[in-house]
Order: sequence, then C-alpha cells, then structure tokens
Amino acid sequence: MVSDSLGDTRLIAELGLRRGDAERAFRLRVTLDFGPGLSVLFGPSGAGKTTILSLLAGLLRPDTGCITLAGEKLFDARAGRDCPPHQRRIALVFQSLALFPHLDALGNVAYGVPGKPSKVERAERAHAWLSRMRVAELGGRYPSSFSGGEAQRVALARALASEPRALLLDEPFSALDQGLANELSAELVDHVDALSLPTVLVTHDRNLVRTLGGEVTLLRSGRVERVGPASELLADLD
Amino acid sequence: MIDLEPLLLSFEVATLATCLASALGLGCAALLAMPRVWGRELLDALITAPMVLPPTVLGYYLLVLLGRESTIGHAFEALTGTSIVFTRGGVVIAATVGALPLVSKAARAALESVDLRLVGAARTLGASPARAFFTISLPLARRGIWAGMMLGFARALGDFGVTLMVAGNIPGQTRTASLAIYDSVLSGRDADATRLSLIMTVLAMSVLIGVGYLTKQRRDGF
Repeated sequence: MVSDSLGDTRLIAELGLRRGDAERAFRLRVTLDFGPGLSVLFGPSGAGKTTILSLLAGLLRPDTGCITLAGEKLFDARAGRDCPPHQRRIALVFQSLALFPHLDALGNVAYGVPGKPSKVERAERAHAWLSRMRVAELGGRYPSSFSGGEAQRVALARALASEPRALLLDEPFSALDQGLANELSAELVDHVDALSLPTVLVTHDRNLVRTLGGEVTLLRSGRVERVGPASELLADLD
Repeated sequence: MIDLEPLLLSFEVATLATCLASALGLGCAALLAMPRVWGRELLDALITAPMVLPPTVLGYYLLVLLGRESTIGHAFEALTGTSIVFTRGGVVIAATVGALPLVSKAARAALESVDLRLVGAARTLGASPARAFFTISLPLARRGIWAGMMLGFARALGDFGVTLMVAGNIPGQTRTASLAIYDSVLSGRDADATRLSLIMTVLAMSVLIGVGYLTKQRRDGF
C-alpha cells in the first residue's frame, strides 16, 4: 500500500473480457494503474484501447477483474459489485465527442454539473467552464455550428464540469490539424495538472505521444506490452 | 345537412385512443429499444399483430377478453355499472389497439436511431438511465414519435371492423364516422356517404402530409 494521499487519487484496473466466437475472438486481459495527471494509452487500432475506456466508464461490463478509483471499488466481478456509470464520476470524452445536438454549448456543459444547483447557478458554472476552455462566446450556439476545435473544447468543458474523479479521452485530437492539436494538448496538460485528476488519453498517433510525453502504456492485441516514458518507448519503436 | 355526430365521436375517440396508444406504445418502445430485454421480439410481435390480423379476429379476442362474461368485463361492470363492450369505452379500446402498433413501431425505430454514444455520454456525466432517456433519447426521437402518434391518430379515426365487433353500431353511442358511412351506403344515402368520405380523406391526407413534413425535417440537423 502506497501512502493514503497517493492511493486516494489512483485509477487501478484489472480487466478481462472475451468477445466474439472461436473464429473471430477478441480477448482483453490488462492490468492498469493510472496516477493523477496525464497517462497515455498508446497502441494500434484494434488493440482494445476504446474498449478499455468503455469498461472503465462502466458502459461495458468486464467478464473478470476489478476497478478501483480513489480507493473505492467500482467494479468487482467476484464480489458481484458493479457501480453504474452515472455513479462512477468518470467522465469520458468520446472520439466522436458525442455532444448533445439538441442542446446549445451552455446546455451541453450544464448537463453534467453535479448536485442540485439552481438553474442560474448551473448555467453560471457551465459558463465558467466554457470560459476556462476559452469558448465562452459559444454559449447559445448548437454543436452543428461548431468548428472541430470548438467542439473539442466544449466536450472537454462538459466533461470537467461534471467534476469527475477521473477523465478518459478517446483519440481527442484526431479530427484536428497538427497545429491546433498541439495547442489543445498543451492546454489539456495544464488543466489536468491543475486538477491532479487521473486522466487517460487514448491515441494511436506517435506525434501526439511525442508531444505529450510522460508515462505511456503500450497496448497490443488486448495486452499491455510495456509501460515506460514516452521518449524511451518511441525510440525503441522507431 | 350533414350529421356531425359520428364525426365528432370519431374525433373524440381518436384523441383518447391516441393518448392511450402513445402512453402504452412509448412504454413498449422504450423497453424494446433496450438491448437486453427478455422476450422483446415476442412483445413486439404481440403489439404488431393488429396490423396483420383480420379485424374480426381481433374484435373476437377483445370480446372474449373484455365481454360481460369475462373476468375483466365482470369486474369493470361491478365497479362502474356499465360494460366495456358495446359502449364508447369499447370504441376507444378498439381504436387504441389499431393505433398501438403504428405508435410503438415508429417510436421504437426513432429511439433505436438515437446514437448510443450520446446516451453513454449522458450516463458518464451522471445521468441515471431514466434521466438519460427523458433528456437525451426522447427529445432526439421526438420527430419520429410525433409522426407515429399522427399515424396512430389517423388509424384510430378510421377504425371500422374492430369497432363494429366490440362496440356495435349504436347511433349516438358507438356509431363513428366509418360506421356512419357504411350505414349511409346501405340505406342508399349516397350524398351523405360521399360527404363523410371526402371529409375523412382530407383528414387522413392532412395527417400524411404532416408526417411527411416531420420526417423530412429530421434529415437536416437532428
């Protein structure tokens, strides 16, 4: 057991999943340990990265294993414990972003504001998050009118406004050009560091891994191949 | 002068039947749109059966189920003093059964077309399954659901066979517009039949145009 303060903010998971029939079976068996701050889950498509995020968020149920966040067991196959996604407080930013098309930017961000604040307070908190993501001016506009970067910022604002205990990001900058991706990833690192929130970023993009640095978990065919600093890992791969 | 009573009755019945069918149909559709519900195809088949069964068969079942000798009919009569069959209540039930598959089919299709990732996103943002349904799935499916309700209304407005079996053809009580047309033709009042038929046609066409408008809008935006 590490010290309590450290154990308190970790997202630890042991996940086993089998899908498909004998011919086209997909097997996932991983042990993951993410501390506060940004961790990168890197691997080719089909390695099971998105599946892992769905399992952590509770949108998919593992066959075996357990998930612990901040010392609390969210899932335990043996004990039959399965905390539903809305009680996990793990925000997931989908690759498609999944912004609600029938709500404006403010409505999207306000959706996950926790507790039972008044309507005004809810809107104020949502507005504050939009401002922090530097898209306050989008408040009354709808997702169909957002640019790629704007949509990304609103999605991130929405995730953080729900005051999650962990943040999961699926290929977050894949739809953006390199310049914007770099700018946004730098901002993301700042926010995540400030919140000291376990944050798992999934990507197959080596450039992004290089830009982000930090600790990288390399995933291949449903297994963790290695865990290490980005620079070393990339150097070995090249 | 045209007798408005059957038309007004049809309207009243169709409105009530649409409300009933919508509540029932939406509930069933919500169940059916969930991925892991035991017996969902059976439930779907049961609700859809009125579309393919002969009205006489359907009417006969309802008579057996709700007639004065049945358990339900008996209990209802003991409670309210009137029977279900051969009353206005019977007309509403007949119309509801006809409208139900249209409402539930449309609602199921509309709910199933909602991107599951949006529902997933709502769940990870702290929404319970019920909240996600009412704030995400339902608003995004609303055009399809409206269209289904309009079709259900049109269907309820024009029911003939089941109504005749379950509620008979009692002037002022259970004689709806469709039954009045039948009466007019039988008794040689062709002008009445023509007028009522034209009115029913205009109503049905308006509903179809409305449905077309709703479903067309759906393609642009959400």
